[in-house]
Amino acid sequence: MSGPARWRNHPGYGAFVVHRVSGLLLALFLPAHLYVLGLAIEGEAALDSFLRWTEAAPVKLAEAGLALLLAAHLAGGLRLLAIEFLPWTDRQKTLLALAGGFSAFAALLFLLNAL
Amino acid sequence: MSEPRANGPELSVEVWRGRAEGRFQTYRVPLRPSQTVLDVVTYVQRRIDPTLSYRFACRVGMCGSCAMMVNGAPRWTCRTHVARVAKDRRLRLAPLRNLPVIKDLAADMTPFFDKWREAEARFLPSSPRAAATARIPPADPERAAADAAIECIGCGVCHAACDVVAWQPDYLGPAALNRAWTLVNDARDADRRAHLAAVAGDAGCHACHSHQSCATFCPKGLNPTASIAGLKRASALALLAGRL
Ligand code: SF4
Ligand code: SF4
Ligand code: FES
Repeated sequence: MSGPARWRNHPGYGAFVVHRVSGLLLALFLPAHLYVLGLAIEGEAALDSFLRWTEAAPVKLAEAGLALLLAAHLAGGLRLLAIEFLPWTDRQKTLLALAGGFSAFAALLFLLNAL
Repeated sequence: MSEPRANGPELSVEVWRGRAEGRFQTYRVPLRPSQTVLDVVTYVQRRIDPTLSYRFACRVGMCGSCAMMVNGAPRWTCRTHVARVAKDRRLRLAPLRNLPVIKDLAADMTPFFDKWREAEARFLPSSPRAAATARIPPADPERAAADAAIECIGCGVCHAACDVVAWQPDYLGPAALNRAWTLVNDARDADRRAHLAAVAGDAGCHACHSHQSCATFCPKGLNPTASIAGLKRASALALLAGRL
C-alpha cells in the first residue's frame, strides 16, 4: 500500500525532520569535538597544528555548517518548549519562520566573523 | 457487470483490493462536477465491481466512518471533493493507515477505539441523571479548552496521519488524547485526576512529538497537538504538585 507519504507534507513535519537530523549530526560531531579538547591535554603542539588546519577555508565553511546545525537545533528546541509549555498559539508558521531566520542569521554571522 | 462506456472526461482510480496483502486495481470513472471521493468509490461499487468493500453512513461529515487514504493523505471521503485532491484526474485510494485492513477500503477501527478505553477517555459522572443540569459559564477557561476539542467524530484521520502511532504501537494517539483533554477540563467529571493519570505514562501524551500532522489533517479542524500539549503541561504541573 505504498505511495506518496503526503501526511508528512506540512511545515510542522519539516521542522521535526530538521530537528531530528541536526540532532543526529551534532551527536556524530561530538566525539570529534571531545577529541580536539583531548589534544589540548596532550600538548600545545598537537592542538596548534590542528588549529592551523581549521584556518583553511573549506574547514571554515564546514564550521559554518556546524553553526547552522547548532542554531537550527537550538531554535527548534525552543519552539518545541514554546508549544509544550506556553499557551497554544495558532501562529505556528511564524514560529517556524523565526526559528529558520534565527538559524540562517547565526550561521551567516559565524561565516562573516570567520572570513 | 461490464464497465460502462463513458464519453466525457474520466478519472483514473486506483483502488486497494485485498487485505494486508493485495494490489491496486484501476477503474475508470466519469468525472462529474462537485463529485466527492466517496461518490467515486460508490460509483465503482455500484456500476463496475460489486465485490468492492468500503464503509460510509451519513455522507455529510457527521458519522466519521468514510475515512481513507486519498492520494497518500488521510481524508474523510464524503466531504473531500475530487476537484481539490485529483488535479491530474488520478486518484489512489487505500484503507486508512495504521490500522489492520478488513477488506479493500474498509479498515478495522478496533485498535483505534481500544486506545480510547486505554486512555480512560470516557466521562465519569459525578451526579445522578436526575440532578439539575450543571451550570458552567461559556467563558470559563476550562470549558473553552474542552469546547475547542469536543467536536471529534472519531473518524481516525488523525490516527492515520500520526507517525508516532506507526512507530510506537502502544501510543494512545491523537484522538484518544484529545478526548482525554476535554475530560480533564470537564468540571462535571467525577475523577479528573484519573483521566490525567491514564495519559501521563510512556504511551501517553509525553510520547507525542508535536509534528502537528493530526491537526493538519483533522477534517473537523480540531487541534489534537494543542490538546496534547495541554495534557503535557497539566501532567507536569500535577507531578510537581505531588498530585500524580
Ligand atoms: S502532534 Fe503528536 S499526536 Fe499529532 S501527529 Fe504529531 S505525534 Fe501524532
Ligand atoms: S480528532 Fe479530528 S481527525 Fe481525529 S478522530 Fe476526531 S475528528 Fe477525526
Ligand atoms: S460518511 Fe459520515 S463522515 Fe463521511
